[in-house]
Amino acid sequence: MDLFIAIFTGTIIAATPLIYAALGELVVENSGVLNLGIEGMMLMGAAFAFWAVIAGLPMPVAILCGALAGVVASLLFGVLALTFLTNQYAAGLALAIFGSGVSAFLGRGFGSAPIDALKRIRIPGLSDIPVVGPMFFRFDPMVYLALLLFGLITWFLYRTKAGLILRTTGESPETAHAIGYPVIRIRYLSVMFGGLMAGLAGAYLSVAYTPLWVENMTAGKGWIALALVVFATWRPLRVLLGAWLFGGMTILQLQGQALGLAVPSELLSALPYIATIVVLVVISRNRQILALHFPASLARPFRPAS
Amino acid sequence: MTPRLELRSITKRYPGIVANDDISLSIMPGEIHAVLGENGAGKSTLMKIIYGAVQADAGEILCDGKPIPAHTPAVSRALGIEMVYQHFALFESVTVVENIALSVAGSFDLAGLSRQISELSNRYGMPIDPQRRVHDLSVGERQRVEIVRCLLQTPKLLILDEPTSVLTPQAVQKLFGTLRQLAAEGCSILYISHKLDEVQALCDSATVLRNGRVTGTARPKETSAHELARLMVGAELPEMHMSPAIPGEKPVLSVAALSASPADTYGVDLKDISLSVHGGEIVGLAGVSGNGQAELIALLSGERTLRRSETIRIDGKPVGHLNASERRKLGLAFVPEERLGRGAVPTHALWENAVLTAHRAGLTRHGLVDRSRASNFAKGIIERFKVKANGPQSTAQSLSGGNLQKFIVGREIELAPKLFLVAQPTWGVDVGAAAFIRQTIIDLSRAGAAVLVISEELDELFEICDRLYVICQGQVSQSLARSRTSREEVGLMMTRTERSERGEISMGRDAIALQN
Repeated sequence: MDLFIAIFTGTIIAATPLIYAALGELVVENSGVLNLGIEGMMLMGAAFAFWAVIAGLPMPVAILCGALAGVVASLLFGVLALTFLTNQYAAGLALAIFGSGVSAFLGRGFGSAPIDALKRIRIPGLSDIPVVGPMFFRFDPMVYLALLLFGLITWFLYRTKAGLILRTTGESPETAHAIGYPVIRIRYLSVMFGGLMAGLAGAYLSVAYTPLWVENMTAGKGWIALALVVFATWRPLRVLLGAWLFGGMTILQLQGQALGLAVPSELLSALPYIATIVVLVVISRNRQILALHFPASLARPFRPAS
Repeated sequence: MTPRLELRSITKRYPGIVANDDISLSIMPGEIHAVLGENGAGKSTLMKIIYGAVQADAGEILCDGKPIPAHTPAVSRALGIEMVYQHFALFESVTVVENIALSVAGSFDLAGLSRQISELSNRYGMPIDPQRRVHDLSVGERQRVEIVRCLLQTPKLLILDEPTSVLTPQAVQKLFGTLRQLAAEGCSILYISHKLDEVQALCDSATVLRNGRVTGTARPKETSAHELARLMVGAELPEMHMSPAIPGEKPVLSVAALSASPADTYGVDLKDISLSVHGGEIVGLAGVSGNGQAELIALLSGERTLRRSETIRIDGKPVGHLNASERRKLGLAFVPEERLGRGAVPTHALWENAVLTAHRAGLTRHGLVDRSRASNFAKGIIERFKVKANGPQSTAQSLSGGNLQKFIVGREIELAPKLFLVAQPTWGVDVGAAAFIRQTIIDLSRAGAAVLVISEELDELFEICDRLYVICQGQVSQSLARSRTSREEVGLMMTRTERSERGEISMGRDAIALQN
């Protein structure tokens, strides 16, 4: 039972940074913009949040610093891709490389000492219930915030007019412009939201998940988030399930390594990446569903007609 | 009285072309004003300027006597100016009601809006289901959505760009009734059309454009159609030449007991369709869009294949199982309804688009595209079919609708097809180009080809077809000789089982019975 609880809680925690990053990118892509720079924005978020903790700022402020670093990084991409209409693939890749460089540069001063991690909550009564308590009521606040944001984003996209505008802008910016919606502003806002979420994802990594500075500590999670969005056919619930799948595989392979399975550890480490992508490819095979949810203008620069 | 809308010397230049040159016009409240002109005459640009989607280089627009500052579509809508685009401004991935909600101010109440849409669309005889995804709607149904969207706003000025091209004569009369009622309530209407009889029936005044300039103003009810056409085209319209059909003995295309379930959720079931087309004749398939035409076309062109190959025969040979390319080898040529996307690749040059279907006409060598031959082939089409384009290097999307259609029709006809399948040949095409395309189709058939025209424009079918079939809810009628039927009879058959027209059904059956 204890092992099960450990795997369950480990899964939820390992999935959390992916939920932030992938949901952010989901919003960005629904507006028709492809930002490949999640990895870079996450690293910026991680570095700035870690720096803030070392500088003695309170934890919520540190996390906010990480989020803001993500927003600033996303604005670099926004200016290039939305104002100067550069190729979105190129601008996104540049951001990924830039973010990794900047974070490595900052990180040189961080040393190798761990910091005090984000505290887990304890709800008197609830957290002490056997089994249920440790499974559901002993996480840090950012785990709950991720789930709350999932609910809010789903509601926003499918239940509000603003969400409808965002999605239809992603299908046809020309039509949205013709009806009179400010396409560029909508896209800037969604890109910034994506940056905020990636920044939070990075901050979670460096101040909660592994409260220790390691260069390139995102270890490709930004790219997995990107793949999650595509294979989840741009739908939030599937992103959430995909993130949990990835988290679960991560924890399982760690347990496997601990048990000393006769499989090279490198192969086990690769397992979550392979499993997540295989499962998502299989469930996204229905072409009609894919065509229906695919933001038709994805990665296509838009210039308002004049 | 202050005009509802006044344009003063509107000028708009694009690189290499003056789209609008010093255009002035004014519309009074409650006036129905026509803007006539060929494609490329600058009508669409002018409408976009009025709506604020495009800014003029010079000139002034006044609404109720006040200049419009910082003109955008949002400003227009706030002033009560609504527009039905010729190329629809609808999002395909969401439903009808969501599309309409996007242009309605106020609270986001989809359920309430759905009820309003159903009520309004039924009241004006244009029933639409608010919950359907636009992706699954036909062109005609999409147009209904556009019109209903505008009517929901209770506009002060309504701009309609070629609104009747896909409606039955009865539906056109209903629409006109609606528009007259709107005008009587004080709404001004700007009506863009190339159908002179409609303009004469509906409009109080008209401004005629040619090459971006105003060539005349008229009171359509007091001016002859001939005179209006002359102002538009700048020359006399060619007369249609049509010799009597001499159909071949055996059918080139024969369809026997074709039934098929649709590929997408909202498609129409085809039920037991039989029809035949002989060489030397033009056969029309009439029907309101969304009654199975799209499904039938996909099966005839080979875009969808059938297991039972003998259901469709070309020259007696079973072809149901063959794909589009294999059917083309047997002499089929096809002009689809959607010019951009199906008929041509928008971003590719004309010569590249020529290669797409004409590669068999010697445009390849050792499996490689022979650029110079392809380019000459495209140049030939441009010259013979009088396509207004800069040359084979122009992209398909840079051409106006009519010119691209001439190019696509030309490309297919150059292949000397045995069987020519064409859907909506003159959708959104101006008078001059439409006459040209129709004459080309007639000439092709009189040279021995079998031609099947699928169109929602009854006038067009009656002008060029020797025989007609009517499709309604996936069923195809008996063949009707053109000389022995009438627009009214066909119009009623087109709407035979539509619920809202039940009153007319019995009437229709009686009328048909009487004629028999």
